Amino acid sequence: MDGAVVAPGFDVARVRQDFPILSQTVRGKTLVFLDSGASAQKPRAVIDTMVRTMETAYANVHRGAYNLSEKATAAYEAARAAVARFLNAADEREIVFTSSSTAAINLVAHSYGRGVLKAGDAVLISEMEHHANLVPWQMLRDAHGVELRVARVTDAGELDMVDVEAKLADGRVKLVAVTHMSNVLGTVTPAERLATLAHAHGAKLLLDGSQAAVHRRVDMQAIGCDFYVFTGHKLYGPTGIGVLWGRMELLERMPPFLGGGDMIAEVSLERFIPAPVPAKFEAGTPPIIEAIGLRAAIDYVESIGMPAIEAHERTLVDRATAKLSAIEGLTLLGRAQDRGGVFAFALDVAHAHDLATLLDRTGIAVRSGRHCAEPLHARFNVESTCRASFGLYTTVEEIDYLAEALVKAREFFA
Amino acid sequence: MFDDLRDLYQEVILDHGRKPRNFRRLEDADRHARGDNPMCGDRMELWVKLEADGRIADAAFQGKGCAISMASASLMTETVRGKTQAEAHELGDKFRALAMTGTCPDCGAELADDMERLQVLGGVSEYPSRVKCATLAWHTLNNALDDKQEAASSE
Repeated sequence: MDGAVVAPGFDVARVRQDFPILSQTVRGKTLVFLDSGASAQKPRAVIDTMVRTMETAYANVHRGAYNLSEKATAAYEAARAAVARFLNAADEREIVFTSSSTAAINLVAHSYGRGVLKAGDAVLISEMEHHANLVPWQMLRDAHGVELRVARVTDAGELDMVDVEAKLADGRVKLVAVTHMSNVLGTVTPAERLATLAHAHGAKLLLDGSQAAVHRRVDMQAIGCDFYVFTGHKLYGPTGIGVLWGRMELLERMPPFLGGGDMIAEVSLERFIPAPVPAKFEAGTPPIIEAIGLRAAIDYVESIGMPAIEAHERTLVDRATAKLSAIEGLTLLGRAQDRGGVFAFALDVAHAHDLATLLDRTGIAVRSGRHCAEPLHARFNVESTCRASFGLYTTVEEIDYLAEALVKAREFFA
Repeated sequence: MFDDLRDLYQEVILDHGRKPRNFRRLEDADRHARGDNPMCGDRMELWVKLEADGRIADAAFQGKGCAISMASASLMTETVRGKTQAEAHELGDKFRALAMTGTCPDCGAELADDMERLQVLGGVSEYPSRVKCATLAWHTLNNALDDKQEAASSE
C-alpha cells in the first residue's frame, strides 16, 4: 500500500496490542478511535502500574515515617524526575504536578498573573487557543486590570507572526501564552522563534503543550520558553494529572496558588511560610497514583521512542491530508506547513453532529462541536466541525476507512 | 454502511432538516425566545403569534443546527399551531419523554395524532448525546410561552 511506510523500529500492529481497549467492537464494528486529541487510550503498562501501586505501594506521600509512605513518596518523586527528563528540564524541582493542563494554566494566571504582573501590563494569546488558555486570562483581565491582546491566525491556520510582533512592539506585553499545537487546526507554532521574540520585547513565554507534548520531543532548554504545561491523559496516561514546568527563578518569585497541607514550611494561627518550590504549588494530597501512572506512560512512549512516533504520525498526517482533501464537499480547517495529527473538517451537506452519529455507526469515534475553541470556529466562520485526531496506535488503514465513510456519509445526506 | 441509521434519520427528518417549515421571522409575534446549546453550537430563535383567546395562531423559527434540531423545530412549529398554551406545554412534556425513552407515555386521545407525527424523532432515544438536539426547540417554546428572557438550553 502506498503511504504505508513503516517507521524504522515501529510496528503499529504490535503497538496496538499494548492497548486493551482497541480490540473491542462498537455496535458490532471494530473500534476506530480517532479522538486521541481529546483523550488518548491507555496501554497495559500504565493500567498495570497504577493497579500494582494501589495493591502494593500506596500510602499518602511526604507525610508518613513508615515504609509504605516512604515507598509511595519515592515513586511520586521518581515520577517528577521522569517528567523532568522527558522535558529536558534543567532542574527537577521545576516540575509542578497539577490536576490538568487547565489547572496548570490557572495556576500561572493566578500566581504569576496576580503576583507578578501589574495592572496595565498586557498578556498576549492567540485566536487558536483552547478555552483553557483563554478564559483564565479573561478572568485575570477582569480581576486585575491586565490588558488581554489576541494575535491573529492566518487563513492557512498559522500564527500570524507579523501580528505577534506588532502586538509586542510597545513593550507592555509581559507574558505571551499560546498553544504549542492547536487542538483544532493541528498547527504547530514556532516555539523557539516565539521565545526569542517574546524575550526581545521583555515578555515571558508560556506554551500550552497539551497536544504538542504527545506528538514530538519537547525540550525546555532548547525551546527557551518560561512556562510549559501538558496533561497526562493525552499522553496515554491517566486523567487527573497535569504538569507545569516553569523556570526556577520565576516559580520562586511567584506566590502560592492554593493554600493547604504540604505547601507550607511553617504555619501558626497567625501566618504561614510557604514551602520551597515545587511543594509550594502542590497543596493537599497530590494525584499520587496518577503521577506514577504518568511516569509509566512516559516510560512507555520513550521505550518506543519519540522519533519513531513522530515518523509514524508524519505518515498519518500525509495520508489524511491527501485523502481528506480529495473528498468533494469536505472543508478542512487549516493547512499549516508544520502540523500534527489533528484534522477538523466540515461537510457541506451534513452538520457535524449528524456526521459524528453516522461515523459512530461505522465504529469511528470522532469529536464533534467546537472542541473548546469557540472563537477559532468564529474566526473560520463555521458553526461546528468534526475532528479526527491520531495517536501512536492509529493506522493508515483507519484513515482510509474514515475517508471512505465520509464519502458514503455525504451520499446519505445528499 | 449506514442502513440501520434510517431509524434515526427517517426521510421525514432528512426532509424537514433540509427544508425546515416555518423557517422565518414573525414580525408581529406576541412571544419570542432564543434557544442555545453552546457546547454543540445549535441555536435558534422562535416567534409565536397568539389568538385573542390565547391559542397559538402561528409559530416560526430561524436558526442553525444539526438535522435533528432543525427537523424537530420544524415539526414543532407545525404541530403547535391552533393549540392552547396548556396543550403546547403538555406536548412538550410528552415529546421530552418520547425523546428520552422512545415511547409516548400516557398520550391523551386528543394529542395522540400529534404525538404520532412526532414519533419520527423517537429514534434519538438510542443516542443519548443527541436527545438535547431534539428537545431544544421545545425548551425554547416553553420559554417563549412563559415569556422568559434568558436563552433556553437543553444541554
